[in-house]
Amino acid sequence: MSDSPAPVLRAEKLIRTHYGESGPAHAVRGVDLSVRHGEFVAVTGPSGAGKSTLLHLLGGLQQPDSGSLWLDGECTDTWREARWAVERRKRIGIVFQFFNLVSNLSVADNVELPALLAGASPKRARAERDELLAELGIAGKERSLPGELSGGEQQRVALARALVNHPPLLLADEPAGSLDSKGTREVMRLLSRFHQRGQTIVLVTHDARLASAADRVISFFDGRIADDAELDSTPSRRPGASGVLKLSD
Amino acid sequence: MRLHLLALLARGPAHGYELKQGLEQLLGSAYPQPNVGQIYVTLGRLEKQGLIEGEDIEQSSRPNKKVYRLTESGQEELRAWFERPEDEPRVRDDFFMKLALAPGTGLADRIALINKQRRQYLNSMRNLSKLATVEDRDNRIAHLLIEGAMLHLQADLDWLERCQEELEELE
Repeated sequence: MSDSPAPVLRAEKLIRTHYGESGPAHAVRGVDLSVRHGEFVAVTGPSGAGKSTLLHLLGGLQQPDSGSLWLDGECTDTWREARWAVERRKRIGIVFQFFNLVSNLSVADNVELPALLAGASPKRARAERDELLAELGIAGKERSLPGELSGGEQQRVALARALVNHPPLLLADEPAGSLDSKGTREVMRLLSRFHQRGQTIVLVTHDARLASAADRVISFFDGRIADDAELDSTPSRRPGASGVLKLSD
Repeated sequence: MRLHLLALLARGPAHGYELKQGLEQLLGSAYPQPNVGQIYVTLGRLEKQGLIEGEDIEQSSRPNKKVYRLTESGQEELRAWFERPEDEPRVRDDFFMKLALAPGTGLADRIALINKQRRQYLNSMRNLSKLATVEDRDNRIAHLLIEGAMLHLQADLDWLERCQEELEELE
């Protein structure tokens, strides 16, 4: 055994099959995966490849048919739904494509609620909320309802909610999937910024622009990992020469 | 590059180094910077073809510099360039030829080829994203250039996915 700390997340032989009217769909077919502290991993692949199901398994939103999952070295196989709900508050923040904010609660309450549920004092919850909203550039929107905000703003509220308890792991399921290209760039910039401060992130997306913000990209096909690649951390000094942009005579 | 230089000269007379700077300022860092030698060679050719005219300007402390301006036939050439739509960039694709020809050679596996190519595209995408963050915000042309390159890459990556889906079914 090495001295390095346990990975934030480790999965072994995860399998999950959906049973629908058209017969069984093998969404996740034996996935081994390990994510270290501070890593930013993107999972990409065509729609229907099972990447969202994989993310749901990693966050305990669905249970695998078989296989094992460890969070910070702790095996989660015996956890039931109630336990997962408690653990998710502290260990895992999740953002979704359609934000999933509580529509009749204010922005402030949406962000503070998970902090209060996790046992923070109201004062502390408010302080955390203030800091995150300022950081995400939506200070002043505290009393708005989610429906009064743009998609990009709602996703920032969702990001604040996901991060309010400082979870070691952030899971993001197509976080820019319902945003325009400006909103996409914004989400990309924010995820990169939190990552630079040490946040571990697992992102599922079909958008390669978003995926390229990560330092590791997993290509997911037909329920399996087809490729697992570290991206260059040092951009070439003359990126234009990469062949994307060619100077013709 | 000859037509790009003609287009810059249509804005007004300039010497070689000014043209290099003009391209760089307009297009930003994502564009491979033309080397100044290449520019002088091209200017020489354009002059021989009568598309531009050069005039030596004396400088007191330095060697003469040559200032070029567009001629009538240069302007015609340029007008024809603007008139003409361009071919789409990807009619021939070397990667696709590798993919098509790999089976039976015993030298390459198609899925491995796809994975390698995907890594290449993803790294290019990452470099472009980084460039976009450092490029001057107000240089809209430079940002549009980067965005265009990223959209092309996105399409290439989508197409790799299609190749992979189809070829895995065959196996």
